[in-house]
Amino acid sequence: MKWDVSRINEWTSEEFPLGAVIPEAGNSDDYVTGGWRSQRPERDDAKCTQCLLCWIVCPDSAIRVENEKVTTFDLAHCKGCGVCANECPVGAITMVPEGCDLPEVK
Amino acid sequence: MAEQKVVAATGNTVVAEAMRQCRPDVVAAYPITPQTTIVEEFAAFVAKGRVHTEYVTVESEHSAMSACIGASAAGARVMTATSSQGLALMWEELHIASGMRLPIVMANANRALSAPINIHCDHSDVMGARDAGWIMLFAETAQEAYDNTIMAVRIAEDPDVLLPVMSCLDGFITTHSIDRISLLDDETVAAFVGERKADWALLDVERPVTHGAFAGLGGPYPAFKKAERDAIERSRAVIARVGEEYARISGRPFGMLETWGMEDAEVAIVVIGSTAGNVRHVARSLREAGSKVGVVKVRCFRPFPYAELAKTLSGVKAVAVMDRAESFGAEGGPLFLETRSALYDAAERPAVVGYVYGLGGSDVKLDLVESVYGDLADIASGSPVPAGPVYLGAR
Ligand code: SF4
Ligand code: SF4
Repeated sequence: MKWDVSRINEWTSEEFPLGAVIPEAGNSDDYVTGGWRSQRPERDDAKCTQCLLCWIVCPDSAIRVENEKVTTFDLAHCKGCGVCANECPVGAITMVPEGCDLPEVK
Repeated sequence: MAEQKVVAATGNTVVAEAMRQCRPDVVAAYPITPQTTIVEEFAAFVAKGRVHTEYVTVESEHSAMSACIGASAAGARVMTATSSQGLALMWEELHIASGMRLPIVMANANRALSAPINIHCDHSDVMGARDAGWIMLFAETAQEAYDNTIMAVRIAEDPDVLLPVMSCLDGFITTHSIDRISLLDDETVAAFVGERKADWALLDVERPVTHGAFAGLGGPYPAFKKAERDAIERSRAVIARVGEEYARISGRPFGMLETWGMEDAEVAIVVIGSTAGNVRHVARSLREAGSKVGVVKVRCFRPFPYAELAKTLSGVKAVAVMDRAESFGAEGGPLFLETRSALYDAAERPAVVGYVYGLGGSDVKLDLVESVYGDLADIASGSPVPAGPVYLGAR
């Protein structure tokens, strides 16, 4: 049996394997954990030196990197902890108050 | 029936022996009175190479159960033991173990909970855990503690069940007194319990899985709790089957209830654990003097044998339920509440009186049991049912 983990929130008890096991790796992408954020990080591209420290420290792996450069914040997973803003050596990240809307998952 | 060796040993010694014979892959445990000698003797088996178990010494019972959960999720056969405050410290993990459907087997040496500080027997510890989704077996004697430990492994790991099982024995009374016990040989027990086959082993790198994931609002949490209830309901049939199979090798039958004199009893005492022996002793002498008295011993508290209990008590005029635990603010102790609930749908409902006795290891002398049968005789002949719970032996 193949489990469609992207539908996990609709699974019935028959569909789930025993004891709420999820029989597939790499499924944390499908869990939206940004829903309870009260602040969101914003990055100033002009100040950013692309040192990637924020990418290393983010506890939710919510900072996207392409071609060795930080690009966007993955707001479906950023929980607004502010660690990135606190650790950025040049102050390129600021935390701004969050609205109520949660972005669509991917 | 298999050949058996008769030994003189304590309950804890034979529980450790049963654990060794069940060959757990992992034991994570913390010593607590009066459980200590179980894990001490098991540690000695590991040290002497008499069992190949990964023995994890942890810094508290909280960690003991956490380590057991991790190991069981990894696919190991896991056993541990605890008591009293230690069981209380495991409380949140008890729910995790059952929710993740991990067949951990744990001996619990029944002991009072503080305050005031007390290290002796009552059932307050285990009754506090009664809604944690564990199957709960109670031993009257060291022999039953040995037998229950072995049966617990089979019940827990049955594909229809996959739930943790707690095997209870009364602190000091059963754990520390020396008794006459028949032990099965290692090969017979090994063949009886077999090997654990985990469906979703965390350490199986070919099939990566997530254990213990989040199931929040709108998610499948209620469906999972329902599935847990269905599993513990299914365990009734499994417990019966395992009991029959075990009787074939040991000659000792196991039923969720054990009755004495109930065929024509007019009054009966419902009891759990080591006190059942005293109650049977008193009942026997009352029978010899012509009174129609009976005894019902509950050996499996979760799942609770509602139907069987209602059936055996249906023709009785008055029933006393002896609880060795409090349920403060309720109409009686936990066993009383279950028994009265079991009788609600019965065609003829006997009068039911709840007694609380033996708290903190206080003595249960024969005259106390006699006084209960005396009360029942009065009620059966028309005296009013006292509002419970009636405290026995409290000043
Ligand atoms: S606020 Fe926290 S979670 Fe969000 S991107 Fe920064 S470090 Fe990551
Ligand atoms: S830590 Fe600051 S400077 Fe470094 S990449 Fe992140 S935003 Fe840019």
